[in-house]
Amino acid sequence: MIKQLWNRIKQPIDPWLFLFTLLVFGLSVVLLYSASNRDIDKVMDKTTFMGVAVAAMWLIANVSQQNLMRLALPAYVLGVLLLVLVNVPGLGVTSHGATRWLNVGITRIQPSELMRIAMPLMLAWYFHHFEAHLNWKHFLAAAALLVLPVGLILKQPDLGTGLLIASSGFYILFFAGLSWRLIGLMILAGGGMAYTVMHWDLCIHLLHEYQCRRVATMLDPMQDPLGAGYHIIQGTIAIGSGGLLGKGWLNGTQTHLDFIPERTTDFIFAVFGEEFGLLGNAILLTLYLLVIIRGLTIANSASTLFGRLLAGAIALNFFTYAFVNMGMVSGILPVVGVPLPLVSYGGTSMVSILTGFGILMSINRDKKLMKA
Amino acid sequence: MKYQRQRAMFSRPIKGRVRPPSTNELKNPNSERYAFQLRIVVAALFVLALFGVLFARFIWLQALQHDKYQTLAEANRISLVPIQPSRGIIKDRNGIVLAHNYSAYTLEITPSKLPDNLEASIQRLNQIIEITPKDRRRFKKLMEETKDFESLPIKTRLTDEEVARFAANSYQFPGIEVKARLFRQYPMGEIASHLIGYIGRINDQDLTDLEDAGQLANYRGTDHIGKLGIEQSYEEQLHGTTGFEEVEIDSGGRAVRTLRRTQPAPGENLILSVDIKLQQIAEKAFGDNTGALVAIDPKTGGVLSFVSKPGYDPNLFVDGIDPQNWKDLNESPDKPLNNRALRGTYPPGSTFKPFMALGALEGHFRAAGYAFPDPGFFWFGGHQFRDDKVGGHGMVDMYKSIVVSCDSYYYSLANTMGIDNISRFMGLFDFGSQTGIDIDGEVTGVLPSPEWKKKRFKNPAQQKWFAGETISIGIGQGYNAYTPLQMAHATATLANNGVMFKPHLVQFIENTTNGTKTAIEPKPTKTLPFKQENLDVIHRAMVGVVKEGTGARAFAGAQYEAAGKTGTAQVFSLKGGKYSESGTKKRLRDHAWFIAYAPANDPKIALAVLVENGGFGAAAAAPIARQVLDYYLLGKEPKAPAISASDVESVTDD
Repeated sequence: MIKQLWNRIKQPIDPWLFLFTLLVFGLSVVLLYSASNRDIDKVMDKTTFMGVAVAAMWLIANVSQQNLMRLALPAYVLGVLLLVLVNVPGLGVTSHGATRWLNVGITRIQPSELMRIAMPLMLAWYFHHFEAHLNWKHFLAAAALLVLPVGLILKQPDLGTGLLIASSGFYILFFAGLSWRLIGLMILAGGGMAYTVMHWDLCIHLLHEYQCRRVATMLDPMQDPLGAGYHIIQGTIAIGSGGLLGKGWLNGTQTHLDFIPERTTDFIFAVFGEEFGLLGNAILLTLYLLVIIRGLTIANSASTLFGRLLAGAIALNFFTYAFVNMGMVSGILPVVGVPLPLVSYGGTSMVSILTGFGILMSINRDKKLMKA
Repeated sequence: MKYQRQRAMFSRPIKGRVRPPSTNELKNPNSERYAFQLRIVVAALFVLALFGVLFARFIWLQALQHDKYQTLAEANRISLVPIQPSRGIIKDRNGIVLAHNYSAYTLEITPSKLPDNLEASIQRLNQIIEITPKDRRRFKKLMEETKDFESLPIKTRLTDEEVARFAANSYQFPGIEVKARLFRQYPMGEIASHLIGYIGRINDQDLTDLEDAGQLANYRGTDHIGKLGIEQSYEEQLHGTTGFEEVEIDSGGRAVRTLRRTQPAPGENLILSVDIKLQQIAEKAFGDNTGALVAIDPKTGGVLSFVSKPGYDPNLFVDGIDPQNWKDLNESPDKPLNNRALRGTYPPGSTFKPFMALGALEGHFRAAGYAFPDPGFFWFGGHQFRDDKVGGHGMVDMYKSIVVSCDSYYYSLANTMGIDNISRFMGLFDFGSQTGIDIDGEVTGVLPSPEWKKKRFKNPAQQKWFAGETISIGIGQGYNAYTPLQMAHATATLANNGVMFKPHLVQFIENTTNGTKTAIEPKPTKTLPFKQENLDVIHRAMVGVVKEGTGARAFAGAQYEAAGKTGTAQVFSLKGGKYSESGTKKRLRDHAWFIAYAPANDPKIALAVLVENGGFGAAAAAPIARQVLDYYLLGKEPKAPAISASDVESVTDD
């Protein structure tokens, strides 16, 4: 009886993906205890978030691919609709000069959060739907499906989220077989864009002033030593002073003398680098790599085009978040509000990442069922 | 499994291994699979490459440049210490200081750094420096209000002896320290509290607001922020720019020496148009009564006096108000925290009549010379609307209707004009909309109209406008409800022949570094196109009120020519019965109004006075206006409050 129940629980779970996830989570709990100055409440909160997120993962893992596909179109349409509603006066909430939130009475929601999952889901479904006779027109249409919400998000303006969502959609196009020549062209265009934003005079024509200031601050942190520059300076010092083996758990001076701002959330990686050093960073990178490789493996062996595309995009998306966060804390990318996946304190990010893993498991489970 | 796909120029499988794609040909599933696998491998390489870049960066920081960062972090730890700018000073028009800063020592606790629990630490601390139960209560309240904090004051304004005693024992108290802080003080206490407002400790809501405004970095090291009044609305100018000091600190976190200092830019000073002496006289004139007074320079919109009685001591709020004081202020039946001038709305009563009369002239509903025999009531729809003088005022023309405040004249006028004309005309004076004064929280009041009523009531039966309701609107009763600020603003506009200014409390913003003053330019917001001859009729009648009418007693012997109008706002509907003051409980008694401007031929000041439950305007409100005008125009200081309880008893026609 109990054995049956146990089998039912573990049946949809992919053991490898779950194991790597638990390892990163274990590391994050140890780290959070130090980063929060031994605040046991925060550790308990984080554990609760993890519990909720694992439950979400398990539930999604039980959903069949057919049902996931059925969700794609409604989720996408709802997401776009909400993004449009943000522009309606009285419904949209403006803060920081950006209109990103929707007032729904009791609380405010950020429709772009929904788009993070809805975008790859929609595009994967789209390609799957027209699988039998795919041609270049479908890629054009898919690009339009990608540009519409991304354009709305960029207009808010929210460059960081816009680019992250654009990348998740791009990954689908890539796996669906976007021509190499076009990819090459896009890389060139991206390089040109990066060059432009790094030069203030050019940037100011293209982006909002605060966005250009962020890039400028990354290139020269001393321009804004109390604001964003302070984050970069102190984060770099923390990581650099960690050395090969780190200063040891609970011994990070940068951390415990209050030098690192947002040290439990977006900048938690600075604490990690300081206390666990290059060795710790290597371990964390390896764990992340294992998660990503597992995701790509699931993509590779998926039974449907939908599963292959979606799994590949989820794996690369996870990579993007990890890379952008570590890149910004170590000073090679501008500061954008991206948490370190699975590690930063905060419930929303945990739930959305493990939801993605739930989808991976669902895709993997269907393959197993077909074999059996 | 269906791996068949058509491909065209957008998707190109690898050449050589796969046949070139052609239309209408089903492709080999294995080659499809292969193309996808290739892309998975490319993705993995992409991930590896970028993780490689990250790892190279880590090697650079942690292995190659480690010594440099080690030095930065360990031996030469540089801390950026924000230096709080000193907050701008608030002065009245004559340079008298209304809000300033002084430096004092405080004892502050950082709860997260305490070795034992908070209660035990305070207990130990108490053996060295007395911590009163009041201090504890206030500290507890501060902790509840702010979740994210660095340190909170347990005791403020330490004596030198206490500082010395703590310094000698500070090693016993990690997490507790003495800090030199700038404190805000309001030397005038209760005087002008409703216009100056106060600052208080930054709470979670303020933090969110600052973050939204992109001002968080500028508030590092700042504990206080404007919460109300001018302190709130001019926060940006008053705060200044935070400076910072790069200090070297040892491994214990103690500052060793300062390396570099970027001076803070102090906040700008505010010079008000308010005359604090006039304010004092106005506040005193109210005696123990509650109410409001707003006086405006009609030619600039500069507010000369802004009273809401009772006031409160803003100094109580600066370090976090203790719960007992808060309870007292909050639960007092006189509601001292209520800004009556800005947020209290009252029917204007008869002070509405000069505006009605002007509307009648401008809209050709009445000629100034038209007179009718006043029977003392007005019949409408089988209902008798009474005048307060039984038997009526005899033959009444427009001049007399204002001077003796004849209700029947306006009952009939309102009926002729109709509600749409009345509300359209009154809207010109900003009745029912914000005047735009430079402090937050202004309410709009109610300018009644059929549209307003439709919005106000949900029940369809109540949404309909009845012609009978228009009648009482004409004498400033019914749904009419305006703030004393709106009344003063309208009076100033009338005094200035229809040229309207936005009322403002701040006259100059003074740069503290170079002393330059920037004037808040008085620009007319609109010019109402009234005929001068019509305006003159109203001006003459309002002078008549003060010379021979309802305001004559209060202005007997005045050495200047004033124009005014008394008013009485009904608190309690008497259903046609005769109102008697002695028989009505104090809180149900009518509110007394007086509006005035002077000198009548060249107005320098326009004002509105409201005395809550004061009874008749002539007896309760007009004497306050007299004292204010006497001081402002003649420099005469009164000997006693303008009104006492006995004045409120005596009955005069209104």
